[in-house]
Amino acid sequence: MQTTPDDALIARIADGDRLAMQVLFARHHVRVYRFVLRLVRNEATAEDLISEVFLDIWRQAGKFEGRSAVSTWMLSIARFKALSTLRKRPDEELDEEIAEQIEDHADDPEVTLAKKDKAAVLRQCLSKLSAEHREIVDLVYYHEKSVEEVAGIVGIPEATVKTRMFYARKKLSELLKEQGIDRGWP
Amino acid sequence: MMTTNKDTHSEIEELLPWHAAGTLSRRDSQRVEEALARDPELARRYALVREELGETILLNETLGAPSARAMETLFAKIDAEPARKPAVSLNLGARVAEFFAGLTPRTLAWSATAAAIAILLQAGLIATIVLKSQSSGGYETASAPSTDPGVGAFTIIRFAPQASSDDITKFLEANKLQIAAGPTAGGLYKVRVAVTGLPKEELARIVKKLQQDKVVGFIATTE
Repeated sequence: MQTTPDDALIARIADGDRLAMQVLFARHHVRVYRFVLRLVRNEATAEDLISEVFLDIWRQAGKFEGRSAVSTWMLSIARFKALSTLRKRPDEELDEEIAEQIEDHADDPEVTLAKKDKAAVLRQCLSKLSAEHREIVDLVYYHEKSVEEVAGIVGIPEATVKTRMFYARKKLSELLKEQGIDRGWP
Repeated sequence: MMTTNKDTHSEIEELLPWHAAGTLSRRDSQRVEEALARDPELARRYALVREELGETILLNETLGAPSARAMETLFAKIDAEPARKPAVSLNLGARVAEFFAGLTPRTLAWSATAAAIAILLQAGLIATIVLKSQSSGGYETASAPSTDPGVGAFTIIRFAPQASSDDITKFLEANKLQIAAGPTAGGLYKVRVAVTGLPKEELARIVKKLQQDKVVGFIATTE
């Protein structure tokens, strides 16, 4: 089956084609939502943000130059919106979020059960990574972005992308070790 | 660590996540593959990367999806926006891009610059091929050559950007094809496959056969 490429949809959106916007939204909104949700950690906020992200795409479509993939461009907009929202968030909320992460380290019965399943612990530790580390891990592993694309989205040099990913993985190993799983690396 | 060059090793090790995700260039991917084959410790670490990849995907997939509210809010806002006047030229470009990109493999969706350079280079190479064939009596049409370039059965072809002039020459000769016109702005050539008209089914069969060749990026029948 042939599908309309994203950049062709963007060109149609630039012409005010509402249907093209619906197609683009249907194609990407779940991934954009998940990317944003992992950053802001609030479902209602993430939903509000994706409306804003796609509204920006509607407004800016005529300026899209095709220098990057449309999905990369969308994630860049989403990231900017998410970070702007986080900056506006009251300090108390951020403190609560940090507290939640600290409490996660405690071994409640649920965690003890999860420990029996290495994969579940790994997922739990992935959730405990800092926002910066979560972001890069998600972009590389889930959103399938190349070094160059991640550099474009996050706004850092390519060498830093590689180093940041390395340290995110290193941190993940440390978190796993705290949970009793020694991967023998680093 | 079996690898003697520590810097090379750490550089390769840093690439493992992208190798696992399949987003490395072919060259880097090959370097990583070679390193993995000779270094068991690196291969063990790669297995850890693959575990992380799988669990990250699973974690993200369990995050769910936004409610219909997100779409409703978006389109309510879009409807409130001032009406837009379609830009004709952009629209035409979009239609052309949509048509061709929809027909070609995703891997051929190169950047506009790379494609333009490839097309220019290829146009030069093909012009050379055509000139050579004219002076040396090279490839000809399926049967006796026709003097009228407008007569016969035709296809339109865009050659794969990585196809060399040699590849294209061999392809044209092997299939007794003749370039009748081109390239157009999109890098398309009108290619004569027979000096007389062919039934639709026969032309479709030829197109299907030619499509299998790695030299062909895009092919379709034309009048």
